[in-house]
Amino acid sequence: MRPAARSGTERGADPMDALNALVALANFVLIPAMAYGSQLALGALGVTLIYGILRFSNFAHGDTMAIGTMITILVTWGLQALGVSLSPLPTALLAIPFGIAGTALLVLGTDRLIYRFYREQKAKPVILVIVSMGVMFIYNGLTRFVIGPNDQDFDDGTRFLISARDFKAMTGLDEGLALKSTQAITVVTAVIVVALLFWFLNRTRTGKSMRAYSDNEDLALLSGINPERVVTVTWIIVSALAVVAGTLYGLDKSFKPFTYFQLLLPIFASAIVGGLGSPLGAIAGGFIIAFSEVGITYAWKKVATYLLPEALEPSGLVQLMSTDYKFAVSFVILIIVLLFRPTGLFKGKSV
Amino acid sequence: MRTLGLFALVAALIIATGVLQSWNSALIILNMGLVSAIMALGVNLQWGLAGLFNVGVMGFVALGGLAVVLTSVAPVPEAWAAGGWRVLAALALGLVAIVLSVVAWKRLPRGRRGLAVALIAVGGFFLYRAVLDPGVDAVEAVNPAATGFLGGLGLPVLLAWPVGGLLAAGVAWVIGKTALGLRSDYLAIATLGIAEIIIAVMKNEDWLARGVKNVIGLPRPVPYEVDLQASSSFVETAGSLGLDATTASTLYVKLGYSVLFTVVLVVLLVLAQLALNSPWGRMMRAIRDNEEAAEAMGKDVTARHLQIFILGSALCGIAGAMMTTLDGQLTPSSYQPLRYTFLVWVMVIVGGSGNNLGAVLGGFLIWFLWVQVEPIGQWVMGIVTSGMADGSAIKAHLLDSVQHMRLLTMGVILLLVLRFAPRGLLPER
Repeated sequence: MRPAARSGTERGADPMDALNALVALANFVLIPAMAYGSQLALGALGVTLIYGILRFSNFAHGDTMAIGTMITILVTWGLQALGVSLSPLPTALLAIPFGIAGTALLVLGTDRLIYRFYREQKAKPVILVIVSMGVMFIYNGLTRFVIGPNDQDFDDGTRFLISARDFKAMTGLDEGLALKSTQAITVVTAVIVVALLFWFLNRTRTGKSMRAYSDNEDLALLSGINPERVVTVTWIIVSALAVVAGTLYGLDKSFKPFTYFQLLLPIFASAIVGGLGSPLGAIAGGFIIAFSEVGITYAWKKVATYLLPEALEPSGLVQLMSTDYKFAVSFVILIIVLLFRPTGLFKGKSV
Repeated sequence: MRTLGLFALVAALIIATGVLQSWNSALIILNMGLVSAIMALGVNLQWGLAGLFNVGVMGFVALGGLAVVLTSVAPVPEAWAAGGWRVLAALALGLVAIVLSVVAWKRLPRGRRGLAVALIAVGGFFLYRAVLDPGVDAVEAVNPAATGFLGGLGLPVLLAWPVGGLLAAGVAWVIGKTALGLRSDYLAIATLGIAEIIIAVMKNEDWLARGVKNVIGLPRPVPYEVDLQASSSFVETAGSLGLDATTASTLYVKLGYSVLFTVVLVVLLVLAQLALNSPWGRMMRAIRDNEEAAEAMGKDVTARHLQIFILGSALCGIAGAMMTTLDGQLTPSSYQPLRYTFLVWVMVIVGGSGNNLGAVLGGFLIWFLWVQVEPIGQWVMGIVTSGMADGSAIKAHLLDSVQHMRLLTMGVILLLVLRFAPRGLLPER
């Protein structure tokens, strides 16, 4: 259906068409992909840090995100019951520090009880991956045990920063541009967190020792860096990243334990595409995966209708793949990168 | 001795289920135990014998299920007439485009080949979609409530089991070609991804196997209960054994499956044992233990890895086909990675990686626990909550959450075995 307001104008020659196309593109592709990319980047940063410092692919990362988000949700409910609110922002933002603290305790406990034994044994990385599979089962079971397997909606902030209707009224364009407040919060939070992380890694003594340990374990040990301290700090940072990523994803979409488990694939794809062990690569990978996923599964008909002359107007949806195949997109990008540049775009490390 | 004892323990557990709960549940556990044992055997070939880390078991199991539909369901002639050949032509076209891209990449000189391959791939994709989409729409429009798919070949259902193995082997070849030879974690991520994609295809391509509308009423290799109950000679025999006809017929059908599955398991187990103890098996273990040394001795590590990856995946495919036959329906949404991939891994690790008998034992034992943890958990939780006031929210929540104890228990078992008996219950000799 063509918008009524456009009838009578010459098709294709209208300068508003280009603007409308741009707005539609921003509304359906750029903004959602930006938010999703930030969430993936935060998740991939966690995976890549563990890979760099502890030297294994942590299969439990998706479920760490789930369990951290669950703690955040529980605290949010508690705060709401006490009448605390951050309106117009979601209360969950106040609960994030509690979520990080709880998750860090849990993860550090897991490390003491489980991972440390294999570290001391100098077990092969693949053994640690299998161990992380066991941890994944336990976290997954715990999450389902406490909060259940169903969807939880815990966003109580204002829904829109700009709603589509306001935007239309403001600009007079046919296309609306909706900016959900969760999307804005996601991007702003991600920028703050990433800036903090890079400041920490590049400027502080502990951060520098972490990078040294990641680059060359033997040399780092020789220069007197305490490995257990590095590992502890890493786990704390990883819990913070996981909780922030998980909560932002839950606010933006919704919280469901199984979805978080499934996020493992795009997160790993982001980390590998960027180069495992490289924080900068994880961020780049997150956005590459997010933009391709959203771009390939978006039906381009609307944008094309604005831009193309009437004769060329597409009859179908111009959707390259149905949204159910979004995993296939991250997977194909992953395979292409693995085949042509196995260490990833930003020269990660290989074991 | 240890082997015998542990297998006797599993047998005792299943018999105890029969005595304490019902023989029907015991046979259900036994049948799925047999299927699980075959899956574990497949993963054990890959991991125990070659050290390959495959976390896409679910995908291969699902392919086996798909094979049952493609082989045994009667074809839908109207759908074929409407657009079946068009769909096939599109698939062939897609295949040609892929092959052309690969050939172009290998043959063309450096520099221009990137562009050429991209053009072939993108052009091929749009051509493929242009041919495929109308065909798919036509096929799915044919009586969507009852069929809406192409149907299968209408062959005997037992034939679907080897076909499931072949289908899984074919997909394994493609994955192996791309991901083997890279690092072990990469193979893990690649297989994890391909499994999700296989499930996505089965859920969304309605023309193939009806997607989430499921295919029910698949043909069976054993008689139907109703027919048995209608047969006077069967009712008479059941009566002389002191059973009523309904129970006897359900038991008879399940026993039929048990016999079929046992035959398959024994054949595969014997083959796996022969392979393990053959020069080929020794070579595989040598490669696993030290790839560089084996390569220096002139062994083609990547080719051998590809070989065993295909073999193991084929076993998972066969098991998947058997499972779908047992269920009598294909429900793509029931495939969950935790249940079909990671649980099989727990079976292999607990049973003892590298030992075929261990994998089989793990298959039975872990499947038994997976089924029985819930009633046991309910019982434990009943005791824990017995002191709480009736109707309290916490009590209700705890009793409600018992079903999620399974994952927790499996994780704990896996971690305990990895820590205290890393070689499993039946270690590799």
